[in-house]
Amino acid sequence: MTEQQGSGETVTGAQSLVRSLEAAGVTDIFGIPGGAILPAYDPLMDSSIRHILVRHEQGAGHAAQGYASASGRVGVCMATSGPGATNLVTPLADAHMDSVPMVAITGQVGAALIGTDAFQEADIRGITMPITKHNFLVTDPAEIPVRIAEAFHIASTGRPGPVLVDVTKSALQASTTFDWPAEISLPGYRPVSRPHAKQIREAARLLLESRKPVLYVGGGTIRSRASKELRTLAELTGIPVVTTLMARGAFPDSHPQHLGMPGMHGTVAAVAALQKSDLIISLGARFDDRVTGNLDSFAPGARIIHADIDPAEIGKNRFTDVPIVGDIREVLVDLITTMRTEADAGNTGDYEGWVAFCAGVKKTYALGYEKPADGGLAPQYVIERLGAISGPGTIYTAGVGQHQMWAAQFVSYETPNTWINSGGLGTMGFAVPGAMGAKVAMPDQTVWAVDGDGCFQMTNQELATCAINNIPIKVAIINNESLGMVRQWQTLFYNSRYSNTDLHSKRIPDFVKLAEAYGCVGLACESPDDVDATIRKAMEINDVPVVVDFRVHRDAMVWPMVAAGTSNDEIKYARDLAPQFDEDDL
Amino acid sequence: MAKHTLSVLVEDKPGVLARISALFSRRGFNIESLAVGPTEHPEISRMTIVVNVESSPLEQVTKQLNKLVEVIKIVELDPSSSVTRELVLVKVAATADNRGEVLDVVQLFRAKVIDVSSDAITMQVVGNVDKIADFLRVLEPFGIRELVQSGMVAIGRGARSISERGKPVAVPVPPAANA
Repeated sequence: MTEQQGSGETVTGAQSLVRSLEAAGVTDIFGIPGGAILPAYDPLMDSSIRHILVRHEQGAGHAAQGYASASGRVGVCMATSGPGATNLVTPLADAHMDSVPMVAITGQVGAALIGTDAFQEADIRGITMPITKHNFLVTDPAEIPVRIAEAFHIASTGRPGPVLVDVTKSALQASTTFDWPAEISLPGYRPVSRPHAKQIREAARLLLESRKPVLYVGGGTIRSRASKELRTLAELTGIPVVTTLMARGAFPDSHPQHLGMPGMHGTVAAVAALQKSDLIISLGARFDDRVTGNLDSFAPGARIIHADIDPAEIGKNRFTDVPIVGDIREVLVDLITTMRTEADAGNTGDYEGWVAFCAGVKKTYALGYEKPADGGLAPQYVIERLGAISGPGTIYTAGVGQHQMWAAQFVSYETPNTWINSGGLGTMGFAVPGAMGAKVAMPDQTVWAVDGDGCFQMTNQELATCAINNIPIKVAIINNESLGMVRQWQTLFYNSRYSNTDLHSKRIPDFVKLAEAYGCVGLACESPDDVDATIRKAMEINDVPVVVDFRVHRDAMVWPMVAAGTSNDEIKYARDLAPQFDEDDL
Repeated sequence: MAKHTLSVLVEDKPGVLARISALFSRRGFNIESLAVGPTEHPEISRMTIVVNVESSPLEQVTKQLNKLVEVIKIVELDPSSSVTRELVLVKVAATADNRGEVLDVVQLFRAKVIDVSSDAITMQVVGNVDKIADFLRVLEPFGIRELVQSGMVAIGRGARSISERGKPVAVPVPPAANA
């Protein structure tokens, strides 16, 4: 139990809000003021909290996500009522899908005006109910500290997620007392983090029995900071590992047991390993449709151990043989202990043939790409070199589309929290504000936003925020002058009829001039020969943001690919090329 | 499909009903009946929700409901070990000529007359789903003028109670606040 802070000092609701945020440990907020939240911005001037004035509330929300994903701390954003609040809807939905700990503070019209369709009134609590972990409307100033304490507790514990606190202007203006609560009462919120011993024993039994197991690692492993334990279990047992889009970096890409990313654009080895396994150990993953493909034909011979802190994920999509509710790190610690005891007793799994099969597929169907025949720039090459030159410790964010998939495929991730993207919601425009948040949280690390020319044009106004507030991010625009992923689908499934995917971004806008107009350094590159030099030049600039317009070949496609709705067995590693597995190897 | 009766204990806070009904509609479930009211604990409300689903989607919706911060507890009531009741108020056309026949029905079903006018009788009846259906079937020929039905409420048989109260948890103070 902690001592109460504040001891009933008389303050305004606004002061109480700022004091509460300080007490909750907040050091940075991304936001924009406006009418209803205005009272809170006055005491913010005297606070130790750094407020970063963004250019669009969506940028504030994604920045809070990037901040949280890079550091593990709760990201905080602030906006006014009405449009300010509704502009946070996309980041909130995004954070909800990807389990990002985040608190959004919004102003609301005065309590007496609620329900009257007042100026800048929106029922943001109602609007965000299905896209937040929880939300509050505060009309009584005395409640402010408790609600803030609850919001941070809910956002950061259990399965993390976004919490919105909507505070009326009348509550902010009223006189109240400030008492930081020593304890809170949430009778309906009791996340379970300790796994059940019986389930762990049952899981261990299946592990020893199986001949073709695979560790299916999801974003929950990153959120529970379980990378070290994951590696210990993997090396103890020798079981192959796949890391989902949300889990890139949870297990080193350079590790020989790592088969890569599963899913629609996963490696052949990762997809094949899941598909042909007899036991899938799911660690904080959720059997998303982008991973399973057609669910009925997904991993038909596999039994499932499903560990997740959220009981609702277990058995949601795929029948589970051994459900384990708990924090992934604790699950791994218990599994390691049990498997060590078994190993000491001479019981180890026999996975030799399986490991050899997986290694063979990994070698035969390694990720690759074709260089454009006309000598143009391959987008994959740009991203590959970016990863190689920037080196370990660099944080990458991405938008959504082809560039995102290539960034997931061709950068080698060695440590957790270095790959930050919009996985579940698939929000175009995430990269720049996400990178801004990551850089604020981790100022000593290089942060690259790998962005598409379509995505970049959705949120690039935050370059102004970055330039003015000394947040020197680096942006690599993979400019194929199209909505590339949509174009790829049009090529494959719509007879190459390119309806509304041509952005003309090599002509308009001039990204170099745009960068310069925002006070950033703008660079351009369109030849493979200049890639390394351009990246090195960008790496040398650390006082202002850098934007590089990589003008790439527009017809490059993301491979491998499992077409939407089809079985993972139908994976193609290039157009019309299906891998051949020698089943006798199994 | 099968009917399931869920008893849901929730914190009595504004917006809880909206949260729960929105969750059902978002996940594609139809609520057949929903009744809500206070309990023996002033801060806790109890909802009785009847849904018509298979057992595996029911498990999913129960888990999703449990994730709502204001939901304290969910119990599925087994029909064989619980009692269910609904209340119906019904207005039937009845003149002096056939009022006697209507009153016979009232007596038969242990219903109650709550209002009488020259050409109508208003009754209330309490019972389980089957009794209410029978009652309305018998009244049908007289001409039902207006009908209002409560949602179903249900309670388990025996001495056990599903209500319980959670203990408060200490607020974890972040490192920065300790400095």
